[in-house]
Amino acid sequence: MKILKNIGSAFKSFFKDLGNVFRKNIRDYGMYIALVTIFIFFIITTGGRFILPRNMFNLIQQTGYIAVMAVGMTLIIVIRHIDLSVGSIAGFVGAILAVLVVTFNLPVILAIPIVLAIGLLAGLLSGYLVAKIGIPAFVATLGGMFAYKGLIFNTLQSTGTLGINDPIIKAIGSGTIPSIAIIGGFHLLTIILGVVAIVLFIFSEIKTRKERIKYRFEVLSTNLFIAKLAFIGLIVMAITLLLASYKGFSWTLIIVLVVVAVYHFLTNKTVLGRHIYAVGGNPDAAELSGISVKKITYIVFGSMGLLSAMGGIMFLARLSSATFTAGEGLELSVIAAAFVGGTSAAGGVGKVTGSIIGALVMASLINGMQMMSLGSNVQNIVSGIILVSAVIFDVKTRNMKKIEV
Amino acid sequence: MSKTILEMRNITKVFPGVKALDNVNFSVQQGEIHFVVGENGAGKSTLMKVLSGIYPTGDYEGEIIFNGAIVDFRKISDSEKAGLAIINQELALVPEMTVYENIYLAHEIKSNGIINWNQTIHKAAEQLDKVKLKVNPGLRVKDLNVGQQQLVEIAKALSKNVTLLILDEPTAALNENDSDNLLNLLVELKKQGVTSIMISHKLKEVTAIADSVTVLRDGKTISTISKSEINEDRIIKDMVGREINNIYPPREKYVDKEIVLETKNINSYDFAKSKKVVKNANIVLRKGEVVGLAGLMGAGRTELALTIFGNPKKYDTSGDVYIHGEKVNFKHPKDAIKHGIIYVSEDRKHEGLILKQDVKQNISIINLFSLSKNGIIDKNKEIMIAEKYCKDINIKTPSIQQIVENLSGGNQQKVSISKGLFSNPEILILDEPTRGIDVGAKFEIYTLINELINEGMSIIMISSELPELLAMSDRLYVVAEGKITGELSKAEATQENVMRLATL
Repeated sequence: MKILKNIGSAFKSFFKDLGNVFRKNIRDYGMYIALVTIFIFFIITTGGRFILPRNMFNLIQQTGYIAVMAVGMTLIIVIRHIDLSVGSIAGFVGAILAVLVVTFNLPVILAIPIVLAIGLLAGLLSGYLVAKIGIPAFVATLGGMFAYKGLIFNTLQSTGTLGINDPIIKAIGSGTIPSIAIIGGFHLLTIILGVVAIVLFIFSEIKTRKERIKYRFEVLSTNLFIAKLAFIGLIVMAITLLLASYKGFSWTLIIVLVVVAVYHFLTNKTVLGRHIYAVGGNPDAAELSGISVKKITYIVFGSMGLLSAMGGIMFLARLSSATFTAGEGLELSVIAAAFVGGTSAAGGVGKVTGSIIGALVMASLINGMQMMSLGSNVQNIVSGIILVSAVIFDVKTRNMKKIEV
Repeated sequence: MSKTILEMRNITKVFPGVKALDNVNFSVQQGEIHFVVGENGAGKSTLMKVLSGIYPTGDYEGEIIFNGAIVDFRKISDSEKAGLAIINQELALVPEMTVYENIYLAHEIKSNGIINWNQTIHKAAEQLDKVKLKVNPGLRVKDLNVGQQQLVEIAKALSKNVTLLILDEPTAALNENDSDNLLNLLVELKKQGVTSIMISHKLKEVTAIADSVTVLRDGKTISTISKSEINEDRIIKDMVGREINNIYPPREKYVDKEIVLETKNINSYDFAKSKKVVKNANIVLRKGEVVGLAGLMGAGRTELALTIFGNPKKYDTSGDVYIHGEKVNFKHPKDAIKHGIIYVSEDRKHEGLILKQDVKQNISIINLFSLSKNGIIDKNKEIMIAEKYCKDINIKTPSIQQIVENLSGGNQQKVSISKGLFSNPEILILDEPTRGIDVGAKFEIYTLINELINEGMSIIMISSELPELLAMSDRLYVVAEGKITGELSKAEATQENVMRLATL
C-alpha cells in the first residue's frame, strides 16, 4: 500500500513539474506541440499511410530547400528586414547551374561553388541597397524579385526548360547516404549516425546541466530531465529507424542538418550571433555599443543570398531540370516558415531551429492534405489559417509572459 | 466653498518590478489650477494615465469619482466623453496635417459621414481665438513652433468641451515667453470655468498660478498643499523627503590634472532636422574630473556628445577631437570605444538597452570579444562578469537572466552604465543619467560617479536637472543653440549664472 502511495505521489509531483515547465515555456514548445498534433491528425485521417517510411522520406525531400532558406530568412527577420527576392534568386541560380553544366559542360563540382558565389553576391547587393543606400528592404528585394525572375528567362532563352542528368545533382535531389550494409532490412550507416547523434545530444545536455547547476541556475528536476532525454532520444531513434527501414538518410536531410547545426552554433555561441540579435533587438543601442549595424546587415543579407542559392540547387536537383517558373512564390513559403517558427516581426527574436520546425509544419500540412486528396484550394486556405494562428499564438503568449513576471 | 470635481481614491498601479502608485488619494476642486509635483518616477504621469483611461479600469486598483459619479474609463475616448482631456509631453498632433484638421481629428464636424470643411475651419478659428493663438488654421502643424503646437493641442481639447484639462509638463520644452503665455492662458481658462491639473517640475510656475499642489513621492501621496501654504521650501521638502543638502554625496575638491580630451571648433549639421546643432564647440576634459554640460532641452548637448562619440547620427561634422593631445578621427562609435570613450544614452529604453534581452546579455554586448576566443563566446566568463557588475553597482534583479524590460528605471540605468563600464573606458559621457529614476537610485548613481572619479576616470555629465548638475560637476559648460556660451568654475556655477548663459 505504502509503496503504491509513494509511487502515486512521485507521479503526482512529476506531472506537476511537467505542467509548470510547459506553462513557462509554452512559447518554445508551442510549435512542437503543433507539429505532433498535425502528425497525429494525418496519421488518423490517412489510416496510417502518412507515417509510412516512404512518405516521411518524401516529406523531408519536400521540406529541405524551404528549410535551408528559412534559416537565412530567420536572421533577416530578426534584424527587422524582409527578403522577397529569395525565390527568384533560387530559380536564377538553378538556371545558371543547369546552363553551366549542360551547355558549357562544366563539372558540377566546379559549377556549385560558382553559383553559390552568385547567390552570395545577389544577397550582398540587397544588403548594399538596404544598409548603404538606405531604402526599405521590402522595396529593394521586391525589385530583386522581378529582376532575377527576368534573368531566369534570359538564362534559359536559348535552351528552354533544361533537363540535367548528373550523379551529384541526382544525389542532392533524391539520393541517400551509402548504407555500408543492410542488416535485417535496415540501413546500417543511418542507424549508426542516429545513435551517434543521440549519444552526442545526451552528453551535451548533461554538460550544460552540470554547468547550470554549478552557477546555481534553475534546471529541470532530475526526473523531468531524464524524461526529456528519453523522450527526445526515442523520437530521434524512431525517425532514424523509420528512415533506415526505407532508403536511409537522404543527402537533403544531411544538408539541412549541417546548415542548421552551423547556424544554430553561429547564433547561440558566437559574437557575430549575439551582434545580430542585438541589432535586431535595438539597432540604435547596438550602434552606440560599437556594433556596426551596416556590417551586420551586409552579413545577414549575404548569408540569405548564399542559402537562397543552396535552396536553388536543391530545388533544381529535385526537379532535375531548370524551368522558367522555378522558385516562383517560394519566398512566401520561406517567410511563412520563419513566422510559423516563432520569429517575431518586431525584431530581435527568432531561432533557426524554430524556422526548421515551421517549414516542417507547413510541408506536413500540404503533404497530409494531398494524401487526403484535398484540393490545392483547401490546402491554401488551411495554410493561411495555420500561419495566422501561429502568429496569434506567438503574440498572445508573449503578452502572457509579460504579465506573469 | 467650491465643490469637488474629481476624486481619485486609493489608486494602486503595479508594473512588473515596481509599484508605480501605492494607495494614492487625489482630489481636485471645481475651477482650480491644481499642480502635481514630485521627482521623476514619483508616479505623476502614471496617475494621469490612470485618470484619463490610458490604463483602463481593472489595470489598477482604486476608484475614480468624476462629477459625483464613479467612472469607468477604458480608453481615452471614454474620459474625453466625460469632459476630461489630457495633453501629454509628447504632443498628439499629426505634423503633416493642418491646424484645423488636427483640432477636429477624430471628432470631425460632419453630416451623413461627409466632413463639412468650411464649418471645421470656421470653428477651428474660434478655438484658436480662445487660446489666443494667432495663426492661420490652414497651416501645417509641422510649420509651427513647439509653443504654438502646445496651444493647438489645448484648442483641440477645448473643441471637445472639456471641463477638466490635464497637462503633463507642458512647459518643459518651451522657452520663457511661451511658458508665461501658457500660464496666463490657464488662468484665463479658469475664469471660463475650466479646471486644470498640471504636472510641472518648475516650482516658479507653481508659486505663480497654483491654487493647490499635490506632492507625490515614490508612488505615494505625501501632501496636498492649499494656496495660502504654498512655498518652494515646503514643496521641495515634501518632494525629496529629506533635507536637500544631503542628496549629493561629497567628493574631494578637484585638483587640476592633465587634459584627456579636447575638442577644437566642432561643428555639426543635422540633416534630419535641417539645422546646425553644434557650433564651434571647444571643450576640455581633465583626468579625474566631472565636467557638466548645462543648457535647455534641445540646446545641442547630446549632439555635441554624439559628435565626439563617433558620430552615430551621421551629422555633417567638422573640427577636431584630441585624446591625450593626439588627434583622432572616429568614423563609428566602435572607434571611440576603442579609444576609451563611452557614451551612456539619455534614452535608455530606445538607445541604451536591448529591452528583450537579459541583464547579462546587455552588459556584455559592448565588449563580447574580450569574452570570446575565435569568435566563440565563453558563456561562463560572461556570467561571471555580469554577476560582478550586479554586485559592484548594486543592480537589483532576481537574476542576471532577468529580461531588462522588467527592471525598474533605476536598475535599468545601472545596467546601461555597467554595460559602458565593461569596455573599461577612460572617459565616460553620461547623458541624463538620473532621468526617470527614483531618489534612492539617484543617490547610488551619484555615489558611483564619485567612485569612478576616484579611480581616475573622467566624466562628462549632461543633465537638465540643474541642482544635480551644479552639485556633481567640478566645472561646467553652458550650451545654448549649439554654442558654448560660457564656462563656469565650481564657485561661479549658480543657477542664476547658468540660466543667464543658457538663454543667451
